Amino acid sequence: MSLSQQPRRGAELQITGIGRDFGANTVLRGVDLRVAAGECVAIIGRSGCGKSTLLRLLAGLDRPTRGRIMLGTGEAPASARIMFQEPRLLPWARVVDNVEVGVPVSEATARRRSRALELLAEVGLADRANEWPGILSGGQRQRVALARALASRPELLLLDEPLGALDALTRIEMQRLLERIWLHQGFTAVLVTHDVGEALALADRVVLIDRGAIALDLRVDLPRPRRRDRPELGALEERILERLFDGADAGGIDAAA
Amino acid sequence: MTASTSSALPVEAQHHDIAERRDVPAWLEELRRWLIDAGIGWLLPIGLLAGWEAAAQLGLLPETILPAPSAVFLAAWALILKGELFVHIGVSGARALAGFVVGGLIGFGLGLANGLSAHSRKLTDTTLQMIRNVPHLALVPLVIIWFGIDEGAKLFLVALGVFFPIYVNTLLGILTVDPQLIEMGRAYGMSNATLFRRVLLPGALPSIFVGLRYGLGIMWLTLIVAETIAASSGLGYMAMQAREFLLVDVVVLAILIYALLGKLADSVARALERRCLQWHPSFRQG
Repeated sequence: MSLSQQPRRGAELQITGIGRDFGANTVLRGVDLRVAAGECVAIIGRSGCGKSTLLRLLAGLDRPTRGRIMLGTGEAPASARIMFQEPRLLPWARVVDNVEVGVPVSEATARRRSRALELLAEVGLADRANEWPGILSGGQRQRVALARALASRPELLLLDEPLGALDALTRIEMQRLLERIWLHQGFTAVLVTHDVGEALALADRVVLIDRGAIALDLRVDLPRPRRRDRPELGALEERILERLFDGADAGGIDAAA
Repeated sequence: MTASTSSALPVEAQHHDIAERRDVPAWLEELRRWLIDAGIGWLLPIGLLAGWEAAAQLGLLPETILPAPSAVFLAAWALILKGELFVHIGVSGARALAGFVVGGLIGFGLGLANGLSAHSRKLTDTTLQMIRNVPHLALVPLVIIWFGIDEGAKLFLVALGVFFPIYVNTLLGILTVDPQLIEMGRAYGMSNATLFRRVLLPGALPSIFVGLRYGLGIMWLTLIVAETIAASSGLGYMAMQAREFLLVDVVVLAILIYALLGKLADSVARALERRCLQWHPSFRQG
């Protein structure tokens, strides 16, 4: 019943001293991060910096070695949804059935179906409801995955480089769709990406992770939708890249020593 | 000039073709296409049969070696009139089905159990792989000592033969389901039962069907051997009786019926496969 009402606001995410070791290897060392309700934070960093590990911890796919994650007033990330880099649609289920996977089981069957169709319409794929996922294009599949992720009206949406495998034009289209839906539904969003331009286009804040810790936390106070040719964006991008490569050089010296 | 006439010709022919097709009702056109599709596989067997008949009629094939198809047909007719043929087919069919169901269900169940639980796999897989490497037909003498030539012997052998392909392919199917999809299912809060129903079983199904069709082949093979060695009814028994009395036409008839039944079982499996695996690119209706 609650799902049919006006979308609720996202929840505040509070990460305190989170750490994750894999054997003797420390991937995350004491990350503290507060994301306000309804805020969109982009996490960037080079591969292996621990950003995907952090997202998996937030999604509850992995348990932290240290620290705690609070969402709203609850401890468990129960109302978080993750969108993966791959669409991960069930090839043997029709598009609409795939979206239904994301609708809470507590809903009545008829309600589940209409909710799934609603979400498909929102991502512009209402007419493909009865197709097999196999015949959709890469961008369409990722839109179905987005509809599935939103089907439970999550308070927190986690995005693990969801646009990484798309071509440049489809990417921009998807970024606009994501921004529109995020503005409309008001959930809290954490986006992991290695594309600085994408982070600056979508996020309120850009957080840079380097060797398992936060190296930079930058607020992007620009009106939306952001035009890609704004000079402020260029300056911010320059700053982030500089910090990224600084870290890389330091890492190189560390490794050599 | 010559170029223009030669290029005009195919266009005209095309028009003719279209005009002619417009007169044919759609369902007839569909029937024609279906007949061509389904019929093309039967072209070779029918051609062979015709060649065989001709060779027999011309006296190239002695009747004691290979009787003409018409003679086999007459033998079948005689057996039908005596009421024997369908009894034998029924007995063999029931044995095949019973053995298949018993062996198939056990194989499917154990395949699922070992695919889903590492404990169960560790406990039983080594044993099963060892038994698998014994040709099940090598057990025939032992089975005769145990069961005599009763129904139990046939059921045991067929079930044992069918068990392994279904077990191995079910296990393989479950183990090779895309782990990313399983992770997605868990991240989206699926219970174990839902995960099995929506992700694991459908993901394993293509492999299970491979096992099913392979098992059907083994089913006939085992039954023929078992009935030929020790039985008092069924197609294999009919063929062995006929051999005693040198009724070559009945022997050939039994072999042909086996071929037809095998084809029938395979067709049923294929139809099921097409129905259940519509989503799969290999089975998509073209």
